[in-house]
Amino acid sequence: MRVLVTGISGKLGRRVALRLVEGGHEVLGIDRRPWADAPPGVEVHQTDIRKRQAEDVFRIHEPEAVVHMATVTHITQQNADRYRINLQGTRAVVDHCHRYGVKRLVFVGRHTYYGAAPDSPLYHSEDEPPLGMHAFPELADLVAADLYAGSALWRHPEIATSVLRMVYTLGPSKHGTLAEYLRGPRVPVVLGFDPLFQFMHEFDAASAVAAALEAGVRGVFNVAGPAPMPLSAIIKEAGRTPMPVPEGMLAITLGRFGMPYLPKGAVEHLKYPIIVDATAFRKATGFQHAYDESETIRAFAEAD
Amino acid sequence: MTRPAPRANLGREMFFDYEPVTSARVRERVDRLEIPFGDHGIDPYGIGKAELGFGFSLIEILYKYYFWVESYGLEHIPPRGRVMLVGNHSGGVAVDGVMVMATCFFELEPPRLAQGMAEKFIVKVPGFGALTTRMGQFPGLPEHAKRLLEDERMLMVFPEGARGTAKLAKDADSLVRFGTGFMRLALETRTPIVPFGFVGAGEAMPTIANLYGLAKLLGVPYIPVTRYLLPVPKPTIFQLLFGAPLLFEGTGNESDEEIEEKVETVKQRIASLVRQGRALREKRMKPEELDLG
Repeated sequence: MRVLVTGISGKLGRRVALRLVEGGHEVLGIDRRPWADAPPGVEVHQTDIRKRQAEDVFRIHEPEAVVHMATVTHITQQNADRYRINLQGTRAVVDHCHRYGVKRLVFVGRHTYYGAAPDSPLYHSEDEPPLGMHAFPELADLVAADLYAGSALWRHPEIATSVLRMVYTLGPSKHGTLAEYLRGPRVPVVLGFDPLFQFMHEFDAASAVAAALEAGVRGVFNVAGPAPMPLSAIIKEAGRTPMPVPEGMLAITLGRFGMPYLPKGAVEHLKYPIIVDATAFRKATGFQHAYDESETIRAFAEAD
Repeated sequence: MTRPAPRANLGREMFFDYEPVTSARVRERVDRLEIPFGDHGIDPYGIGKAELGFGFSLIEILYKYYFWVESYGLEHIPPRGRVMLVGNHSGGVAVDGVMVMATCFFELEPPRLAQGMAEKFIVKVPGFGALTTRMGQFPGLPEHAKRLLEDERMLMVFPEGARGTAKLAKDADSLVRFGTGFMRLALETRTPIVPFGFVGAGEAMPTIANLYGLAKLLGVPYIPVTRYLLPVPKPTIFQLLFGAPLLFEGTGNESDEEIEEKVETVKQRIASLVRQGRALREKRMKPEELDLG
């Protein structure tokens, strides 16, 4: 298949591209960032997904499948611009897929869609609405992009669209929300709370994207790897020290004393778990993770 | 690189080292629980061997030395597979729930973990919330109940909820309105219901009033006030009677009237068990005269 990957120069984008080349696919990419040492067989177009040049890539190369990963989080981008990239970017991709006859579309979203709250159940199923946005408004654009991508299922039924809600990724690239949080030697936790965290190796995440694409599945799917682990255990196994901070004092501690900065709403994510049920995805695609929780943490920790 | 081996049978600790405060007897029983613990001593729901060891060691002191539970009809609890323990709730601070957990853990062979459907405010309490969820006491959400039953776990349900524990001591043996959610779940998942009656919580906790205004400020359902003011239960002997399992036929989508009727059957069974427990307590009845259905 000729596959177009948006956001290809990102850490996960590159993994997905490599995995697709290995799988015998022809890979094209769009990204604002360059990928200097892109392997042969991968053609990167350096442009913004919302620009005319991006549409030209669709028109000229006529990809059969698209993996849309060009979304940004609060970590990399502050407000207004983030909304535009995530929402207008997703709209542009869906429109182009429709106009240029793309047959399969994979939207790579996040499991934080569901939000963390004291009354949210363990093991979310895909039909649950997002409940955490009041506490964490920084997630609103990603939630909206997820739902917008899902609307392609009825607006453009000729495209096999799959929306993936992927758990945190961790691995040698040391990139991503969880990796950022675990970056320093001391990791802040909320005193008296120790939620389960769900994460998967970034190589497995790339395989999952490829599996969704190759199976051509249609629908919304949670994607997860090994069984969840308590946050404190993840921190210790990564060779870091958990620093319990009373909730009331977190605001003045975060971003200081060598601790990472976290938006206010993220505190809920350190108190309550977001755990998804990924059986539907496994059943639909046959995806199996290759790295267990310890191997995943080690891959991250040993890349120091 | 080799991973540091997890210490003997217990997984990882959450707040401090639980190992020195875990009794050998509890550890041996935790090891025999039929729960799929993973490499880190954690099951898929986050139930932790270390926290079970620590928590049940504390409960053991209460169960053995502070309180005493006379239990009857333990043979009615199936050794494995999905089941719902459904009983009366009283005594201000849910000491009945803790004693049912302790009885199932210390008396059944193999030991079983009774997973309660807790009040939602509990998970918000720092420390305590984390410990109770690690011990399998999750917020009472239908999603949790359904998933646990489908996973062949044992659920402990108090259909009276906080209305039950809020009973004043003088009303401790009466039953207030039962919720119906448990029956719909039992029908939908085809789960047998083991009714139980718990007697003595009113004596343990002589509640004369509940503070609702102050409770609202603190985010809890109510604050019990006892004759000696403090909401602390006194040392007490309890009677705990398990009845024969009830299996109801249906889909869970029946009308409220049909469900209410089935709930009433369970409520009557529980009322009978509570009556018999009271009679045993007051020595008006002998254990061999019990009718557990």
